[in-house]
Amino acid sequence: MMASYQQKIRHTLDDPRLQSAIYAASGRLMDHRSHAVAPAALPDFQELRTQANLIKKHAIENLDYYLQQFESNLTSHGGRVIYARDGSEVVSFLVGLAQDKQARLVVKSKSMTTEEIELTDRLQHNQLETVETDLGEFIVQLAGERPYHIVAPALHKTRYDVAELFSQRLGVEREVVPEKQTKIARSVLRRKFLAADIGLTGANFLVADPGAVVLVENEGNIRLTTTAPRMHVAVAGIEKIIPRAQDLAVFLKLLGRSATGQPLSVYTSFLCGPRRPSEIDGPEEFYVVLLDNGRTKLLGDREKRQSLYCIRCGACLNHCPVYRKIGGHNYPWTYSGPIGAILTPQFQGVMQAPWLPFASSLCGACAEVCPVKIDIPKLLLELRSEVKKAEARERQGRLERLGFRLWAWVMRHPRIYEMLGLTAAAVLASQESNGCLRQPPAVLNRGPLRAWFSQRDLPALPERSFRQAWRTRARVTRD
Amino acid sequence: MAVAEVLERIGYTVDFPEAQTCCGQPAFNTGYREEARQVARHFLEVFRHADYVVVPSGSCASMITHHFADLFHKEPYWLEQTRRLEPRVWEFSRFLLEVARVEDVGARFPHLVTYHDSCHALRWLGIKQGPRRLLWKVRGLRLREMEPAEECCGFGGTFAVKFAELSGSIARTKLDTIRQTGAEVVVSVDSSCLLQIRGALSRAGVPIRTMHLAEVLAHR
Repeated sequence: MMASYQQKIRHTLDDPRLQSAIYAASGRLMDHRSHAVAPAALPDFQELRTQANLIKKHAIENLDYYLQQFESNLTSHGGRVIYARDGSEVVSFLVGLAQDKQARLVVKSKSMTTEEIELTDRLQHNQLETVETDLGEFIVQLAGERPYHIVAPALHKTRYDVAELFSQRLGVEREVVPEKQTKIARSVLRRKFLAADIGLTGANFLVADPGAVVLVENEGNIRLTTTAPRMHVAVAGIEKIIPRAQDLAVFLKLLGRSATGQPLSVYTSFLCGPRRPSEIDGPEEFYVVLLDNGRTKLLGDREKRQSLYCIRCGACLNHCPVYRKIGGHNYPWTYSGPIGAILTPQFQGVMQAPWLPFASSLCGACAEVCPVKIDIPKLLLELRSEVKKAEARERQGRLERLGFRLWAWVMRHPRIYEMLGLTAAAVLASQESNGCLRQPPAVLNRGPLRAWFSQRDLPALPERSFRQAWRTRARVTRD
Repeated sequence: MAVAEVLERIGYTVDFPEAQTCCGQPAFNTGYREEARQVARHFLEVFRHADYVVVPSGSCASMITHHFADLFHKEPYWLEQTRRLEPRVWEFSRFLLEVARVEDVGARFPHLVTYHDSCHALRWLGIKQGPRRLLWKVRGLRLREMEPAEECCGFGGTFAVKFAELSGSIARTKLDTIRQTGAEVVVSVDSSCLLQIRGALSRAGVPIRTMHLAEVLAHR
């Protein structure tokens, strides 16, 4: 198992076409964001981040209160709230609803929460045709893949890939112009929208007062998903709650800018319940499924529950030197990038993919851009410590642990530290050229040294220790 | 040594306590908190009586001022020692600018250089313009910025060997941005970034040198 994630990563690194696709796309998103949050465009950006963090903190610490408030307000508008412990409960609710109401076709908008429980596949297995209507998700669904990025699911696909895919799966002529590709997708999806019985969405925010589901999008597919079919079901993680409508002023300013650099997404929908008698469109029935799926496990830890503040903007992915190299499909679960590296171990257990919190240079770019100020590096460090504790319990990684024990002992014995340094310098000196070692002596060519030299040279150690030089210098100064 | 030369030049007495070794960061970052604590206690003992502890590495400085308190949150005695030492710990460039209040240390270095923002110095200690201000005052030195300068070099401690190919790939991207500046020398305030960058430059056969900021400032 150890080898498989390393092999997958190597595979991605060795694919120049994929490398340039990820690098270019994430780079564009970084550029757009940096303009959108520059002081000239948004002078109070840092204050908004602080406010967003405080609102989320408050909401998460009082989740029970706000969830009840949300439920009672939404119910008073004619909506219904369903609590689901996990994906199975969501599936059985939806399948039951479809059976009751003779529904056969579901149109679906983009939602990471539903990806998390693999809802589309599970509905299809239950003979409920489910069609992704976000263009990126539509492409990914046709390709039989998982989304590559929280915001841009088909970020790894070039227009040539899409042309190939559409011609194979939809039986159309190869078409490489993105606008024309969009038209093809639209003509397929329009028919689905008109025939669909259930519109399935996620939620960007759940506003407790006045009990509203808020959805942001650029394509208009959410507008259609939530109005054309006779039923609308929104599946949302319980952490999506925010207390009041005015809090949206903070989050909507941050979300679009952080995600794509847009001051505001093209469409923002505020949905408070089913169609009222005086209204001409909207669904007849409106359901909100509130999903736990492990979220309540995170609530108990004062530090780690900040992971639930995430608004899924994807900025941490775009700015992460690791994500920009390994892309979205090498992460073990739905969420990729830095936020995935802290969510996955907490939701699935640290030993599910013990390597994940270590796959970071701890550069801190994620925390710097996070619009709700999640301290991702700090949580990565916490999770690393948890992995090591779990490994000790399971008697794994003994060699490394022994190594660090020895290291800690040496570091408390300065004489031995100095001596070892001089020994290392002497042993390695034979390999030196131009001030750098190109390879280790054959007997040492293993483990960490082998890994180091597989990628780069090692600047040579000085023959005299710093301490020796310092003593000489002190003597010279004294004399 | 360069750090000592610069500090003495501007009038400080520099001591190098020979008992010093490491701040414990390698163990801390790899998840071995107990081993990190042992080394951190040793560090706190060694530097207990210093007026100022000048640290020529952004990541070591941030370890002491940001993570020691986490490490010792259940050990009141060591937490107290940490709190006492913290305000006296200074990263080298910030010490020059904020304690010594010197921008021009009388250095001369007639070369084209580019400055690499080390992640820990930049994002934990807020060091961005300081080293550049110091470099601008160096006679003969021309500074040309990388686009972007704040992208990670990919070192990351044990990350560099646990994910060697990934780390190496990030380093090579960094190399490209360095080369585009045409600089002769890459300067940084963190020896670990310089280790990675120098190793990668050497492997790629690129004749660009790496220097710590202190080495440039010591040059006359």
